[in-house]
Amino acid sequence: MQRRTKILFATLGIAVITCFIIDIMVGSVGISAAEVWSVLSGGDADPIKARIVIDIRLIKAVVAVLAGAALAVSGLQMQTLFRNPLAGPYVLGVSSGASLGVALFILGLPVIGMTSSSLFATLGVAGAAWIGSAAILTMVAALSRRIKDIMVILILGIMIDSGVSAIVQILQYLSNEESLKSFVIWTMGSLGDVTSAQLRLFIPAVVIGLIITIAAIKPLNILLLGEAYARTMGLNITRTRLLLMLSTTLLAGTVTAFCGPIGFIGLAIPHVARTLFRDADHRILMPATALTGAFSLLVCDIISKLLTLPVNTITALLGIPIVIWVVVRNKNIV
Amino acid sequence: MIQLENLSLGYPSRLLLENISTRVRRGELTALVGRNGTGKSTLLRAIAGLGEILGGTIRIADKPLHDIEADTMAKSVAFVTTDKVRIANLRCRDVVALGRAPYTNWIGRMQKEDQFIVEQALKSVGMLSYADKTMDRMSDGECQRIMIARALAQQTPIILLDEPTAFLDMPNRYELCTLLQRLAHEEDKCILFSTHELDIAVSLCDSIALIAPPKLHLLPTSDMVKSGYIEQLFSTDGLRIGEMIAGLRKE
Repeated sequence: MQRRTKILFATLGIAVITCFIIDIMVGSVGISAAEVWSVLSGGDADPIKARIVIDIRLIKAVVAVLAGAALAVSGLQMQTLFRNPLAGPYVLGVSSGASLGVALFILGLPVIGMTSSSLFATLGVAGAAWIGSAAILTMVAALSRRIKDIMVILILGIMIDSGVSAIVQILQYLSNEESLKSFVIWTMGSLGDVTSAQLRLFIPAVVIGLIITIAAIKPLNILLLGEAYARTMGLNITRTRLLLMLSTTLLAGTVTAFCGPIGFIGLAIPHVARTLFRDADHRILMPATALTGAFSLLVCDIISKLLTLPVNTITALLGIPIVIWVVVRNKNIV
Repeated sequence: MIQLENLSLGYPSRLLLENISTRVRRGELTALVGRNGTGKSTLLRAIAGLGEILGGTIRIADKPLHDIEADTMAKSVAFVTTDKVRIANLRCRDVVALGRAPYTNWIGRMQKEDQFIVEQALKSVGMLSYADKTMDRMSDGECQRIMIARALAQQTPIILLDEPTAFLDMPNRYELCTLLQRLAHEEDKCILFSTHELDIAVSLCDSIALIAPPKLHLLPTSDMVKSGYIEQLFSTDGLRIGEMIAGLRKE
């Protein structure tokens, strides 16, 4: 590993830890770094502030780190798989699938006259979103087994995404004002809705997704040369595609289920990591993207708390200039 | 090395090659020539295991293609396609190192020996000094050489190349084909490449495979020149291929 790469990794690591602590400090009640430290290290602290740190802010900061890493990494995978710099974790319909699940949950139940004791209601918004995104990705994966050309799969994914979005709009149109508002708020994304009980589901799902990603590093490197070369080097394309779709479901699907659709992290961060590390090797790029993603979502969360705005608006406002810059600067980036 | 047995290729609606039986030999450089759209790429892709076969069998070292496992195939046949690999931040050395993929472990860790092979491959195409340049900052010819180095690093007895000379100027074309000739002779490889450069095929290759749809004729170069197949296929009103080739042979 080059010296420059090592320094970058160390700097990013320190930046993530710093932002993690700042993220816990910032909020409606200001908590100093010393207080955060004493709570986290089990020392003496104001019991109310200790409750805020442990029950609310720590969970939120952990979610921000994992969600940022998960979205960025799945974006990187999709960009390499589709050889397209504008691919992201949502190209295969993960977010529209989750939206459909949530729309059916929040908007659909009253329409079809189901009560809150139904299956969906017990699963909660997160469960409905996860089932929705997993269902759509399974559909795309099943259809793509027969398709050779990866571009066709990309178009298929985008079309299914649009189709599902249209169904979600129908549900929105038919729903009452109150449920419409709660649905719209979900689409704005929030890192703060994850409970400590849900965190026990969130962490393993994301970690398993990341482990699959590590197993996909060598196939991703081979895929840089395109599928024809990959096949002549002995890569099983069908299995690789399924592996990548599975890890995208676990990573982007889980994040979307618990936090809502958070845009632009998955699309923009891989490009930032490429530019910083000047490397295309996924052995470097994968951890680099994960760290950059964690750092970025922490920063976005801190800004969103300072301005009391939904986190999705911040990721978009920061992500859009990056994407434009990437497209203008270099068309051959992937 | 490569055996075609009653091979038919193409699409159900349009047959390109019908009932071909021939063999491409080891230690020889063989040029695959033919008019546009007569199935040169289709044949190369089929031998590389990337295309559909309508009928017959392809054998690699006496084994039918469909019985060969993917990882054995990756150690037997390397393919240089016409796909352009122009990826930012991807260093030439890393591209050539990907040729070692069939031999490395699950994360692609390069051993000393792998690194040595990569260096050798870069050296044989004369690109060692370009090792740390990135693929998006190189000319077409340089990229082509790197892709050939990648195929060499794969250490296969068979190398297939689809129009490797397409983007090169005349000196580079000759240089590249001389390199292929040397590899075939010195390292006992079976090299088959498609080309439109008849002059190169005639002056540098050991054998010529000529597609006269729906047949394929594979003969040693001198026999191919005498056979008259080349004139039949390529001569038009304004072009006297026969005289051109006769001139080349005298040189």
